[in-house]
Amino acid sequence: MDSKRSDPSRGAAMPLAVKILVAGGFGVGKTSMVGAVSEIRPLRTEEQLTDRSVGVDDVSGVERKTTTTVAMDFGRITIRDGLVLYLFGTPGQDRFWFMWDELALGALGAVVLADTRRLADSFPSIDYFERRRLPFIIGVNCFDGAVRYDTEEIRAALDLDPKIPVILCDVRKRESGKQVLITLVEHVLEVMAERQRQPGAALR
Amino acid sequence: MSEWLDDEAGPVVRPYALTRGRTRASREGFELIAIIATAATSQFAPAGAGPEHIAILEMCVRPLSVAEVSAKMRLPLGVVRVLLGDLLDHGLIAVRRPEPDNRLPNERLLKEVLNGLQAL
Repeated sequence: MDSKRSDPSRGAAMPLAVKILVAGGFGVGKTSMVGAVSEIRPLRTEEQLTDRSVGVDDVSGVERKTTTTVAMDFGRITIRDGLVLYLFGTPGQDRFWFMWDELALGALGAVVLADTRRLADSFPSIDYFERRRLPFIIGVNCFDGAVRYDTEEIRAALDLDPKIPVILCDVRKRESGKQVLITLVEHVLEVMAERQRQPGAALR
Repeated sequence: MSEWLDDEAGPVVRPYALTRGRTRASREGFELIAIIATAATSQFAPAGAGPEHIAILEMCVRPLSVAEVSAKMRLPLGVVRVLLGDLLDHGLIAVRRPEPDNRLPNERLLKEVLNGLQAL
């Protein structure tokens, strides 16, 4: 046995990782929230997609290719030795759904950040998580000077299930971001308990 | 070695040159949060290993997620997955995959996450 080889699959050397998504419209504070609660400076990873498209009007049949780069910001919280939580900000634009599918796969849940001045910007995220049956909560980011609404008014405007938590937050603040994540995980536990009470609904 | 990109592919060519044109990893399992750890030091790397392979081995002495490897290498995820596939094929890395998606998250795990967040 070669002594220079190590086996990191043993012991606590290789943590298990879980993830939570932070979604919402452009400029709503996704990266701010990731940065406020992450133990590392937020990192950015990219995926490139090459689209092949043949223009229907193009009689020559020449294939056109365009390359799209999707960037995702993410951070990390060590829960304990051997368990790490990653927070991924979703790419803001709707045409990047292919990346959302990869992000949502295996996620514990999602935080949808909303800005009361542009509530409609959070509709695509809400629709997406509802369709995928991924548990989510709404974090209403209270920007300075933004008109404050009652959470029930916001819930009505978003046409949300009454069980989905809506909380006010300031995502630039670590303590507030932490509270948002705690609310989400508590909600995920409740959703799980409810689904287990409904036979046949165990798989999401 | 399945898919070679032609010269119309534009800016994709440069990063994928590192993978000698391969766009798919030799196997699956490199989810964004799969954890990669170096299983053997770079001196065990085969002659064909490139500087990027070596850089990943040096980086993952301390285990990192696939997303972190991509961010720190400043390479797109697709490229990193091909490189990780090479390293796994040669037994140079170990991979810890996240929990499978086909069932509800484990309650005990969620409670641990909750406790961990509360203790922050």
